[in-house]
Amino acid sequence: MDDPKVNLKSGSNLEKVLKAGHFAFTGECGPPKGANIEHLREKFHHLKGVVDAVNVTDNQTAVVRLSSWAASAIMVQEGVEPNFQMVCRDRNRLAMQSDILGVYTLGIRNMLCLSGDHQKFGNHPQAKNVYDIDSMQLIALAKKMRDEGKFFNDDPIDVPPKLFIGAASNPFAEPHAFRIHRLAKKIAAGADFIQTQCIYNMERFREFMHQAVDMGLTEKCFILAGVTPMKSVGMANYMAKQVPGMDVPDSLIKRLKGVEKSKVAEEGIRFCLEQIEEFKSMKGVAGVHLMAIEWEHRVPEIAERAGLLPRPVVE
Amino acid sequence: MIVADRKSIQEILDMVKTCSKILVVGCKGCVTVCNVGGLKEVQILAATLKIARKKDGRPLQVDEALLERQCDPEYVAMLKDTVYDYEAVISMACGVGPQFLSEAYPDQRFYPAVNTTFFGGAVAHGIWEERCAGCGTCIIHYFDGLCPIARCSKSLLNGPCGGSDHGKCEISKEVECIWDKIVRKKMEQGRLNDLLDVVPAKNWQTARDGGPRRSRREELIQHG
Repeated sequence: MDDPKVNLKSGSNLEKVLKAGHFAFTGECGPPKGANIEHLREKFHHLKGVVDAVNVTDNQTAVVRLSSWAASAIMVQEGVEPNFQMVCRDRNRLAMQSDILGVYTLGIRNMLCLSGDHQKFGNHPQAKNVYDIDSMQLIALAKKMRDEGKFFNDDPIDVPPKLFIGAASNPFAEPHAFRIHRLAKKIAAGADFIQTQCIYNMERFREFMHQAVDMGLTEKCFILAGVTPMKSVGMANYMAKQVPGMDVPDSLIKRLKGVEKSKVAEEGIRFCLEQIEEFKSMKGVAGVHLMAIEWEHRVPEIAERAGLLPRPVVE
Repeated sequence: MIVADRKSIQEILDMVKTCSKILVVGCKGCVTVCNVGGLKEVQILAATLKIARKKDGRPLQVDEALLERQCDPEYVAMLKDTVYDYEAVISMACGVGPQFLSEAYPDQRFYPAVNTTFFGGAVAHGIWEERCAGCGTCIIHYFDGLCPIARCSKSLLNGPCGGSDHGKCEISKEVECIWDKIVRKKMEQGRLNDLLDVVPAKNWQTARDGGPRRSRREELIQHG
């Protein structure tokens, strides 16, 4: 890995924490379906000082929400580091470059590049999608703007945006054998860090990380393991059956079913804590990304119990 | 070929609700092959419209015609003696047909009887599927003859995305994930290396930019 002091690419807190060799911890916060920034503030304040950066989702599940750049900018104002998400569904290459410059000027330093859920899932299925470029090409674009100081078309940029570039990886989607290669492509394109899809099948994830280490990928990029605590048996069943690319083993569903209804959420958190404990010592895993969907208020407790507090401060 | 679906009878009836004499024109090209706008379909549509209007107490005279192709001025010209005998003309060709007709006969009103959907072919009797998006720069040879532009719901050039599930696309269990197919084919044939480099962004200038696209074949253009 690069020398942390000399080679900071963006200077984001997340980058500093990772490059200093700490086990990183990131959270997530979905902007509101409206301009209710009080609600947004309330949600992300639970995460302040508890995580190293907060992912700000970009019209996730193709449902219109407050823009991810505006929500990220509000976080910056309030001293919480955002990880600004950008999807390829809603913007062409002009809008993407413009927004990359825009978020940088607003103090945003992390960006996660995603394809985006298809609009068919959302509340505007009649929309025309863009997909001018894909997530792989978006990673390469953000890197080119940062490292070469050039736009897509090679024109020079007057003050390039220095962002810490993230990407997603789903070890559980099919075809399985190709997933590690797709991860390698994202890293070759310029991803500095990876946040994985929610992990439930630990066996499969161990195998995936083993491959990543063998291929030298973890030497080039920080991999954060994605977790989402199960709140109920219904949620587990839904994730298992309805969410494409999600791998929820029967053993986990059985485990949740095996406790009293009032204790299922606690059991879900326990499983999550066991996962985090294993990730701490799993070769190649640089941190955890906790997607506590609408459960931001439980994150401090989870962080505490997982032994992830206090968060490191790296100058 | 160009594939189309016929509009509903109600929609077509609404188009010509004020008319008492119309012409329905079919096309012997693609829409005949995909059973939507050939001779048989012209006869069925004409008969259906007549019955519906008769039932409504406002009889409609519907004459029938069939052109070799509606996308060729040479054949479009064959309507010149009769086209103005009607209050309106319904074209059963793809979207090109009613436009060529409108351009040739500016004082007549032309209505489309079909929704033009895609470039594709029949995958089973009665079922057609899209294969080409007409992007203007063919790249299918990089993907073993399978087009991710037309067949991936996100037109990804570096797929498959994380939503690929049991060979199906995240948008529906009815839609195949073409990237799953591309990857499996490359693996089976020992050519996975073809997919390991990042495919750069596509130049869409040949696709939908710059107004209507035009093909020129100098050797066919008659000068002077």
